[in-house]
Amino acid sequence: METISIDTLWVLVAAVLVMLMQAGFAMVESGFTRGKNSINILMKNLIDFSMGSLIFYIVGYKLMFGTDIAGLFGKPVLFDNDNGVDGIANKASLIFQTVFAATAATIVSGAIAERTKFSTYIFFTVIITAIIYPVAGHWVWGGGWLSTLSTPFHDFAGSTVVHSVGAWVGLAGAIVLGPRIGKYGKDGKVNVIPGHNLTIGALGVFILWFGWFGFNGGSQLAIGGTDNAIAVSSIFVNTNLSAAAGALAAMTVTWMRHKKPGLSLSLNGALAGLVAITAGCDIVTPEASILIGLIAGVVLVFSVELFDKVFRIDDPVGAISVHGINGALGTILVGFFAIDGGLFYGGGISLLISQLIGVLAVAAWSLTMGFALFFTLKKTVGLRVTAREEHIGLDITEHGESAYNL
Amino acid sequence: MKKVEATVRKTKFREVKKALVNAGIENFSYWLVRNVGETSEKRVYRGVEYEPTAAERICVTFAIKDNQLNVLELFTESGITGEAADSQVLIYDVKDVYKLVTKDGKDKAIRKM
Repeated sequence: METISIDTLWVLVAAVLVMLMQAGFAMVESGFTRGKNSINILMKNLIDFSMGSLIFYIVGYKLMFGTDIAGLFGKPVLFDNDNGVDGIANKASLIFQTVFAATAATIVSGAIAERTKFSTYIFFTVIITAIIYPVAGHWVWGGGWLSTLSTPFHDFAGSTVVHSVGAWVGLAGAIVLGPRIGKYGKDGKVNVIPGHNLTIGALGVFILWFGWFGFNGGSQLAIGGTDNAIAVSSIFVNTNLSAAAGALAAMTVTWMRHKKPGLSLSLNGALAGLVAITAGCDIVTPEASILIGLIAGVVLVFSVELFDKVFRIDDPVGAISVHGINGALGTILVGFFAIDGGLFYGGGISLLISQLIGVLAVAAWSLTMGFALFFTLKKTVGLRVTAREEHIGLDITEHGESAYNL
Repeated sequence: MKKVEATVRKTKFREVKKALVNAGIENFSYWLVRNVGETSEKRVYRGVEYEPTAAERICVTFAIKDNQLNVLELFTESGITGEAADSQVLIYDVKDVYKLVTKDGKDKAIRKM
């Protein structure tokens, strides 16, 4: 049966769902930070999507999906204008991949929020969408070396390729930048810098959850025919179950540890469940999806505290824990829970080993590139605003506007 | 003439307002203030426990004639919970009061007798 039209339509619908996740990220990051930096975080979200869209079209897409060179990257073709068809219209594939690239880029802005120079952030956005993300993506989805292992690395929709890439680069940025002024006291005390609007943050999480159906469901890249219809529906169910379990698990852990169910970490828990299920949403059962979400939600809470209190890495929105730790965790859990090849289903450890290799390789690449990039930016154009600018707020000092005007 | 300035918990504001109206003080101003000092509530944000540096309170202010009402009694009956940090009432002597629309001064300017 001819399914190009319906498959293309589905991927286009999924692409706009994923595009809406930009709004989700913008609201989460704005809500979880202070009101004096809202314009700045919103501008970063607007410009990383805009710049990322151009750069990924101009160079990134073919670097990711072009003819394979040594398993490492695709042959670059600048300004490719491909009206061909390969299962779906190639331009549907381009726009779908573009919104994924922008997702990886935008994750970083949360981890380095409230202290990074805006002009420097634009440089960074160019590099992640031109090089860092496309190369990692090529390894897994573009015919690169991780996809040609004897047991191929499995990352269906991008727990590792998209989410952990963004988070590891963000981790490098947060380390090179240092914490926000006032986050850690001279006596070693961990201070709280509460987000200014958790209502907006909650809206952002619901938008992300909504968009994630496109992120995971669209990654099937087809919906025509019985098999695809069943597969996409199954992905929807798994995605939702994991997110729900993640929120409940994070709520329960905060309730037990702090006597009260906290919203901020419960919201992160839902996102953790979504990130974790993304790698295996096509090859796990609904029951396994719940387990993956529960594990993700528990790990999320402890991970946030670990980075905050022990490593003392200041990540205002929890991006490193949500997208990095849970991206890696969810990808590794595929090695246990995959119906086909998972350890718990008698598949032995070969898939698990491939998963570990993939997670570590992508982390090594992203962290190396992230550190190199942020160190270079720090030594050249400068990475951080002045202390005075940080105190006043980046909205006024960087943009000359404020988000809230009476 | 006196000016009364009382800082009360947000949760007691409705009772205070009712008591003031019952006592004949039907016109008064209030605003949200932040009170630094004793705060009883601890908070948790993203796994870190902390004490807020300030608690939100409502500050009520109005002018009265000398001996018009027992201010302390009014606020102790309507404005406190009995817990710590129930704040305070300030009473100032007022030199002049004017009602702008009629240019009335002194006691005649005390609103809504």
